[in-house]
Amino acid sequence: MEKIKNNIFEKPDMLPTRDGFGKALLELGETNEKVVVLTADVSGSVRTNWFADKFPNRFYELGIAEQNMVSVAVGMSLENKIPFASTFGAFITGRVWDHIRILLSYSQTNVKLVGTHTGVTVGEDGATHQILEDIALMRVLPNMTVIVPSDFNQAKKAIIASANFNGPVYIRLGRQKTPIVMAEDAHFEIGKSQILKTGNDVTIVACGVLVYEAILASRELEKIGISAEVINMHTIKPLDEKALLESVNKTGAIVSAEEHQIAGGLGSTIAESLVKSKPVPMEMVGIKDEFGMSGTSEGLLTYYNLRSKNIVESVKKVIKRKR
Amino acid sequence: MSDIERKQIIRLKKLSKKIRIDIVNMIHGAKSGHVGGSLGLTDIFTSLFFQILKHNPENPNWEERDRFIVSNGHVAPLYYSVLAHSGYFPVSELSTLRKLGSRLQGHPNKLDLPGIEISTGSLGQGLGVAGGMALIAKNEKKNHKIYCSIGDGESQEGSIWESAMFAGHNELSNLIAFTDRNYIQIDGNTENINKLEPLSDKWKAFNWNVLSANGNDFEEILSVFEKAKSEKKKPTMIIFNTKLGFPVEFMDGVSKWHGTAPSDEDAKKSIEEIEKYYSKFEL
Repeated sequence: MEKIKNNIFEKPDMLPTRDGFGKALLELGETNEKVVVLTADVSGSVRTNWFADKFPNRFYELGIAEQNMVSVAVGMSLENKIPFASTFGAFITGRVWDHIRILLSYSQTNVKLVGTHTGVTVGEDGATHQILEDIALMRVLPNMTVIVPSDFNQAKKAIIASANFNGPVYIRLGRQKTPIVMAEDAHFEIGKSQILKTGNDVTIVACGVLVYEAILASRELEKIGISAEVINMHTIKPLDEKALLESVNKTGAIVSAEEHQIAGGLGSTIAESLVKSKPVPMEMVGIKDEFGMSGTSEGLLTYYNLRSKNIVESVKKVIKRKR
Repeated sequence: MSDIERKQIIRLKKLSKKIRIDIVNMIHGAKSGHVGGSLGLTDIFTSLFFQILKHNPENPNWEERDRFIVSNGHVAPLYYSVLAHSGYFPVSELSTLRKLGSRLQGHPNKLDLPGIEISTGSLGQGLGVAGGMALIAKNEKKNHKIYCSIGDGESQEGSIWESAMFAGHNELSNLIAFTDRNYIQIDGNTENINKLEPLSDKWKAFNWNVLSANGNDFEEILSVFEKAKSEKKKPTMIIFNTKLGFPVEFMDGVSKWHGTAPSDEDAKKSIEEIEKYYSKFEL
């Protein structure tokens, strides 16, 4: 079991995952001279301005031209740099997808794409900015690694791990302050999921913001006598199939939870895997083929049924389907 | 022209003849591929690989090499032929173009063959990659140049202009791009489809140093590249006026020859025309 913070049920510490990116870059600036940072006019929002202040010679402001930013990052990677190209998730994935497909994925270049402001928790900016399709867009590309950190601490570790990993990586981050689930000294390894709570009746697999909701759900379920195992599946690709299989072999039922379209996201990824090895009843919590809208981050999580109570309902449903 | 220069040009002409014949045979053998641009750009690519570029086929990743990005990846047959004749891989492999299991993919793949800096084929992507390489080289005060080939039709892609703006803004004087200005794209003449003119003015407006030359004349090609290399302030765009399929006259100006493979008869006729063209020179 991986260590989680002991204050999450009472008063969790709150920080955005984008801050984890900014802090990790400050660390990488000191420890890895190959790291360079590129941004498309949103350095304050994606927190690359912290790196820019400290390491101005390794920071590149590319303006509002995302396709060029990613192409330039590729050119820099060919010159033995480790580029982190960053902007809002909507603009670094969908808008640049064909460039990513050829220049990163097909060419297997060592470029890191960081998308902040993903999911409905973007809040007031509304549907145009609340990308709910980025996991799908990135995970379908061969050779691409896709990471969705659960919180600030994990975001920081994921960024540092991706700098030390050779190959293209997409890291999905958020704008809003969200609860810090993982302990400061928790381990992080790309492709290795983490069991946050053991259980026997159902497996709840979550990523990003929904990891916190999954933990809350498991506590509610405990009260009504359902023992849930909670897995933080921070790496969507490559999927930790071994851990998944071990867990469902024990529990016989699974619920996925994500702040993303169910189509193509974590739920789909898990279903594609389990249907080959161990088909068990499954329910999926996520966005059901629709767009986001303006509102508060908290209000939208509730509106789109991405809360612990929605996970609890799905667990009850899936358990009924067990034979 | 000095004796040495005359000898250089004779050498380039001989090589370009071999390369042009390769191109026709490769595309004819594959029964598909882009013959017009490949033939039209042959003199420029031959000049680069056998005269202008600092490179080392024994050590493709030599740090001081000049970088060359072929953004218009569909001229792969030409690219493969100059790479093979330079010694990056055996010339005998050229006949495998586009065949199952070949390293010579329809469009160039970085991971398959030595000497290819980045995979291209989806238009508009190479210039930004070249820009990234140029900015690092500039910041680190490296002496090598970064060359980039783009098509004129390709210049209808928006990301070309994103990258143009970037290179102009960053004063990447170590970046030398060139456009294959043959006016032909798949569906017809560029000026009827989506006007590029005034093309030189566009690049000037994006803060580039703009030169032009006849892209089917070695003397002009060599001298315009020398001029571009001496630029100290801005990135350079060379607009090369070329003829589609040069020197095969039946391809000149005919958009079908952008991307159609020659039939047995067309291939025979093309090679005859190539031989006839070169017979005018004492090689």
